[in-house]
Amino acid sequence: MSLTHDDVIYVARLARLKFDSRELDRYVEQLSGILDHIDKISELDLSEIEPTSHVLKLSNVFRDDEVRPCLSQDEVLANAPEVEEGAFKVPPILEAEEPEA
Amino acid sequence: MAAGTAYEPVIGLEIHVELSTKSKMFCGCEARFGGIPNTRTCPVCSAQPGALPVINREAIRHIARIALALDCRIAPGSIFHRKNYFYPDLPKGYQISQYDMPFAVEGHLDVTMDGEQHRVGIERVHQEEDTGKNIHAGESGRIAGAIYSLIDFNRCGIPLVEIVTKPDIHSPQVARSFLNKLKNTLQYLDVSDCNMEEGSLRCDANVSVRPAGSDLLGVKTELKNMNSFKHLEKGLAKEIERQIGLLEAGRPVVQQTVHYEVASGEVHPMRSKEYAHDYRYFPEPDLSPLEISQDFVDDVRTGMPELPSVRAARYVTELNLPEYDAEVLTSNRDTSDFFDETLNYFDDQKMLSNWVMGDLGAYLNASGKKLSIETVSPGQADQLCWLSPAGFGEFLAMIKDGEIAAASGKAVLPEMCETGKTAREIVEEKGLAQISDTARIEALIDRVIEANPEQREQYKSGKKQVLGYFVGQVMKESGGRANPRTVNEILREKL
Repeated sequence: MSLTHDDVIYVARLARLKFDSRELDRYVEQLSGILDHIDKISELDLSEIEPTSHVLKLSNVFRDDEVRPCLSQDEVLANAPEVEEGAFKVPPILEAEEPEA
Repeated sequence: MAAGTAYEPVIGLEIHVELSTKSKMFCGCEARFGGIPNTRTCPVCSAQPGALPVINREAIRHIARIALALDCRIAPGSIFHRKNYFYPDLPKGYQISQYDMPFAVEGHLDVTMDGEQHRVGIERVHQEEDTGKNIHAGESGRIAGAIYSLIDFNRCGIPLVEIVTKPDIHSPQVARSFLNKLKNTLQYLDVSDCNMEEGSLRCDANVSVRPAGSDLLGVKTELKNMNSFKHLEKGLAKEIERQIGLLEAGRPVVQQTVHYEVASGEVHPMRSKEYAHDYRYFPEPDLSPLEISQDFVDDVRTGMPELPSVRAARYVTELNLPEYDAEVLTSNRDTSDFFDETLNYFDDQKMLSNWVMGDLGAYLNASGKKLSIETVSPGQADQLCWLSPAGFGEFLAMIKDGEIAAASGKAVLPEMCETGKTAREIVEEKGLAQISDTARIEALIDRVIEANPEQREQYKSGKKQVLGYFVGQVMKESGGRANPRTVNEILREKL
């Protein structure tokens, strides 16, 4: 098993996810499986192979610099839990991060 | 570290510049400052499921210009990455940025300070997108202590270029000077309006100190929120002072973010989150890689505007201006364009330069207005000066031809700038036309000589410098309107 429970708890926390212990066991196993597979690939000699960032053979897909119509304010705010003065209203952003004194 | 040790600051800057494209980086929403909140969004920049980004070609041309102007090497291939973190101004939960394959690397920009040249290395230049804007509700109006925040996504997705310098800067003054030069260069390139108040040019700094002469790097902090040249210099000085204070007290510098408080000019270290900086970058699967061909680079290079250093050299070699003039005139693109345009109407470049650097410069500094070579409309008059290159040329020609005295001109110019009237109109209204009429000047001179018998005796006994006194008196009598050359000539005869 290449991943520990702590690794998965750490990644879950970064992703703002919470698991119970049963889920945690399952994800440790599944994620480890993925990493083990990558270790398997690493056994091959890939020194001559260029790293793949994308699977499609495409590059430079551009658009012209033209302004297109936008959503209305009502439309973009339609699913917002809370709205104030035409803006999305969110809870305080900083909890742990405060000036020392 | 013992007290009395001399310390050397080591500073690297991270500059973010919003590009002045018409539309956003990855969608067609208008990319402009301000606007009614949340009226410039679409499914792409508001992160609706299934929406796909497409790269704005003009943004890539802009970043290529920046890279070339900074003498960087443009990577033949680069890719976008997702920088993952949770913040309410980032609706996707990640920012599209670049990571280990940035657009360009290894450049430099030279700044001259007090006659000494400092080369500041450019580590990298990469393309990313701006985030939304937060307004923090609470007594302080700051993020700390806010009771809630309001998010406006109009800014979200505006093309943003990050420029990272090497830690080559060793004083707050050079940092300021570098940022000034960079801003000037970006303005020449026409890639951004670089308005620091509106946040289209932002600067953070990595700061550490070390014993002078050491090659080691001390622990660095990241200084944020310096939204003007003055605050950059002040913030850096404060942070350097704070770090030296810690070391001298035998305490360590902690690697953390430090917030500069504009109102008080103080720096506040922020307690950092345990998990703050794990962005889990991975290649953005929704965007194809960039392949920048030599043809593309050559094409961008051909279309590059004249850069300030090149223009300054041209002023020296082609216009025979002193290096000082060339430097001052090109330190601001609007002024330099105005100077160039005025040359079409007035051909004494040194006299033009003197007036631009002198009285016109003083007016611009005092009023906070800018010059424009375009016709100014009434709606722009609180930001732009009414003076036109043709009008300025005519004004200077009137001085040169003796129609108005230089001294009167000092009063005429600000009025031209304020009202848009021509020099001729103002001279007529105020009766400032220069007196070159010999008979009238003679009469003035006679009066002055009569009133100053003592000085006259001094002059006669060989004290020739008294002539200056007489010239001054005659000019005063004439309200500054007498032609000084005629006054000089006649005075010499009469005395």
